[in-house]
Amino acid sequence: MSHTTQSDPPRAVRGGAGTTRVLPLLARVLGIGIIAALAVMVTPALVAQERWGFLAVFWGVVALLLAVYATKRAVPAKYLLPGVLFLSLLVVYPILMTFQLSTTNYGDGTRTSKEVTVNKIIASAAFQEANARRFTLAVGTEGTVDAGPYTFFLVDQATGDAFAGTEDGLTDLPADATVTDGAVTEVPGYTMLTKQQINTLSNTGGPLEGFTIPTGDNTVIVAQGFQAIELTSPLVYDQANDTFTDTRTGTVYTPQRSGDRSYFTDSEGNRLSSQSWGESVGFDNYKRIFTDPRISKNFLGIFAWTVVFAVGSVALTFLLGLVLAVVLNESRMRGQKVYRSILLLPYAIPGFISLMVWSSFYNTDFGLINNLLGTHVNWLGSTALARSAVLLTNLWMGFPYMFLVATGALQAVPSELKEAASIDGASGFTHFRKITFPLVLVSVAPLLVASFAFNFNNFNAIQLLTEGGPFSASDPTAGGTDILISYTYRLAFGTSAQQIGFASAISVILFILTGVLAAIQFRGTRVLEDVN
Amino acid sequence: MRRIPRGLAVAVGASLLLAACSSGTTTPAESSTDSATDSASPSESATDAAPVRGNEDLVIWTDDTHLAAMQAVADTYAKANNITVGVQAVTDTRAAFITANQAGNGPDVLVGAHDWIGQLVQNGAIDPLQLSPDQVKAYSPTAVRAVTYDSQLYGLPYGVESLALFCNKSVVGDTKFATLDDAIAAGQKALDAGTVESALNVPVGENGDAYHMEPLFTSAGGYLFGKDADGNYNPDDLGLDSAGGLAAAAKIGSLGEKGSNVLRRSISGDNNISLFAEGKAACMISGPWALNDVRAGLGDDGYTLQPIPGFAGMGPAQPFMGAQAFYVASNGKNKAFAQDFIANGVNTVDSMTTLYKMANLPPAMTAVRDSIAQDNPDFAVIAAAAESADPMPAIPAMAEVWQPLGVAYADIVSGADPTKSMQDAANAIRTAIAGS
Repeated sequence: MSHTTQSDPPRAVRGGAGTTRVLPLLARVLGIGIIAALAVMVTPALVAQERWGFLAVFWGVVALLLAVYATKRAVPAKYLLPGVLFLSLLVVYPILMTFQLSTTNYGDGTRTSKEVTVNKIIASAAFQEANARRFTLAVGTEGTVDAGPYTFFLVDQATGDAFAGTEDGLTDLPADATVTDGAVTEVPGYTMLTKQQINTLSNTGGPLEGFTIPTGDNTVIVAQGFQAIELTSPLVYDQANDTFTDTRTGTVYTPQRSGDRSYFTDSEGNRLSSQSWGESVGFDNYKRIFTDPRISKNFLGIFAWTVVFAVGSVALTFLLGLVLAVVLNESRMRGQKVYRSILLLPYAIPGFISLMVWSSFYNTDFGLINNLLGTHVNWLGSTALARSAVLLTNLWMGFPYMFLVATGALQAVPSELKEAASIDGASGFTHFRKITFPLVLVSVAPLLVASFAFNFNNFNAIQLLTEGGPFSASDPTAGGTDILISYTYRLAFGTSAQQIGFASAISVILFILTGVLAAIQFRGTRVLEDVN
Repeated sequence: MRRIPRGLAVAVGASLLLAACSSGTTTPAESSTDSATDSASPSESATDAAPVRGNEDLVIWTDDTHLAAMQAVADTYAKANNITVGVQAVTDTRAAFITANQAGNGPDVLVGAHDWIGQLVQNGAIDPLQLSPDQVKAYSPTAVRAVTYDSQLYGLPYGVESLALFCNKSVVGDTKFATLDDAIAAGQKALDAGTVESALNVPVGENGDAYHMEPLFTSAGGYLFGKDADGNYNPDDLGLDSAGGLAAAAKIGSLGEKGSNVLRRSISGDNNISLFAEGKAACMISGPWALNDVRAGLGDDGYTLQPIPGFAGMGPAQPFMGAQAFYVASNGKNKAFAQDFIANGVNTVDSMTTLYKMANLPPAMTAVRDSIAQDNPDFAVIAAAAESADPMPAIPAMAEVWQPLGVAYADIVSGADPTKSMQDAANAIRTAIAGS
């Protein structure tokens, strides 16, 4: 590096092709080229999907990158831009998406649009009458394989009667067609399709998708694999009135609201289908958090325990870690390294395993703890005990980290300070309290804040140890050791139906809470910096 | 040379950014992962990354326990039809499938438990199967009932599961118990003698286990959901706090920690099988998945297996019956092959025999079931138990039942008032169903 710097030509001659500049220039050209090429590459796909917002953002980023890196201007931006872009992509964008999701009713039963839902309801109601015919299917075309028009050549599996079918209806099979082993194999004037071709053309968006041969008022012949089946469709959808009518019974189904979604429901309240559709619900999910007494009650209680859990975990682990670090930092101590290695063991075991093992330790009848102590305590059975158990386990899991950090910080405290203090007549403890501890705290405080934020959302510790329990039968949604994230998880992905929109709203609140708490703590740590 | 790293970093960083951007524009399911598989080397996807669909003419998703069996059946079909086929083991199969299918990156065929059907249909993720009545007749009626939803057939069942009663021969002798009380009494005798630590293992755990408690609950008079005339479950008819349900709750309470202490929260799904296999429990309620551990622990001839008997003087015990089945994905890329694979490739005695042998499940096809009675009596017992059981409700409302009902059971077992716990659970479940 030094060599290059010294042999740099003066700025004025830089434009001339210095040999040392070829590589960086090449890299830059290559980089910008790749970016531009990628942008060009994805553009058609984005246009096809009509993702105009993405397209604009995409090319905006490309323009920005070009402006910053293809020119010699904006030197600070050259350093800042990658970070800013990644921050936007990996942090800001997910938050915005979560927020957007939190204003919808997205979840089980509402994943599809209304149009798709209507089609699904019609399709899943179609059934075979008792006398429905089944055919062996062959497909031929008078035109090209890819464009059609197509004709279904059908051989009734029961009677052996053969037909030709188009979207206009069934006709007799042309007399000169060849039928071999119960299937039409050749028809003069037609190109017969292979199974692969039938499969490809039947795909979503393909010309054979939804190819039906009408045979009656409500009956059609449709392909099912390489067979064709006569199906009866009892439902008629009236687009103008947004109603379904069952032609067998005359029952009319209209969309009726239930909670955050609508179902097609008849006048007696019977739902036509369990499928609803996605809608924007504005701030209803947020309203639900704060107005539904069951949830708001849970929310405050869980929030309080979450804070206790996070603060408790950090305080306990730091305290134990610091004490051990101070003790083991004493140079007179023998076997320092051995002790340190042993103390780091909990940190070396994968957290998933320790948590599951600890979970079995707490078992009333077969657990290690009761066996050792000769007691018969149901550790995870009551809220207070389960909370202590969670904190204890988290202490075991977390103190080695604090021990490591504190050891490092202690060793960074200059030993001259200690000598000076002892000359001034300070005792060991006074010295620790007045000099060492504040200095350690200065370097450790940001890590404590980070540790708090981590424990605030420490999902594994709760889920693997207690699954949020113990629960009470009267309120089975919120458990005694549930922290906000485990509670949210159960709402969104747990045993009950997924309510992703609602869970997103809780996540947004959680994000704001964590952010505010972290900001307050960082403000607090600023005071510490005055020590320096 | 100081500029080169930065230039490279910019280029790499920017292209990464673009790569990330472009995948962000399509779907979450399509973003990074590792499971581009072919039929030769099936792989399991990472837990946190969405699986990526293979690129064969027919793609099948299953969980890792059934991978080899699916592969064998799929390969046969592929060879017969001269196509390529990919079988992928996907973790968290159901959720991954729903997301991927909706995004158009899902498989063509899904293999999974029948109680997924409600959620899959609710999300429009699978299509009805149009088999002929004759084809359907080849399967056990209970298995067909399990894969029928809203009077439509959605899956082709290949295996059935049900809970049964395992007992340790060396502890309680080679007896078939006529009532559950007899089994408990025999176990209790061994417990009092200090031979075992548990008379009858029924997983409860701190948060309850509604699945394993179902045979006890039904025998004592309870039911979950009533049925309409067509045999479909009716979510509005919740039977937990009916007279029978409350009586059953009381019966469970009498067996709990403040009663005879047969049912205990210290026995859960985590240690149920291992305690029995180690000889620490006289009897156990579990399913065919426990057979390997039990045989390894107690020996091939060390245990007895029988359908769960009812309580003395009470109704029959009806555990949940589960079926494993094949489904056609609604958004698959090769629907014709998928439909043909299920209707003609899987729906044969040969395929079903292969599946029974390799997936290690009691078969659902009656012809195959008849042929195994001799060489696998355990499976014959499980199949018989499944036949007298009721299919686990697949309706979405069932998702609201597990947690509250489990908690109620844990409460009742701990000694709480059975009536109040059961009524609380019933109310919580009704509220949850009404809100969904």
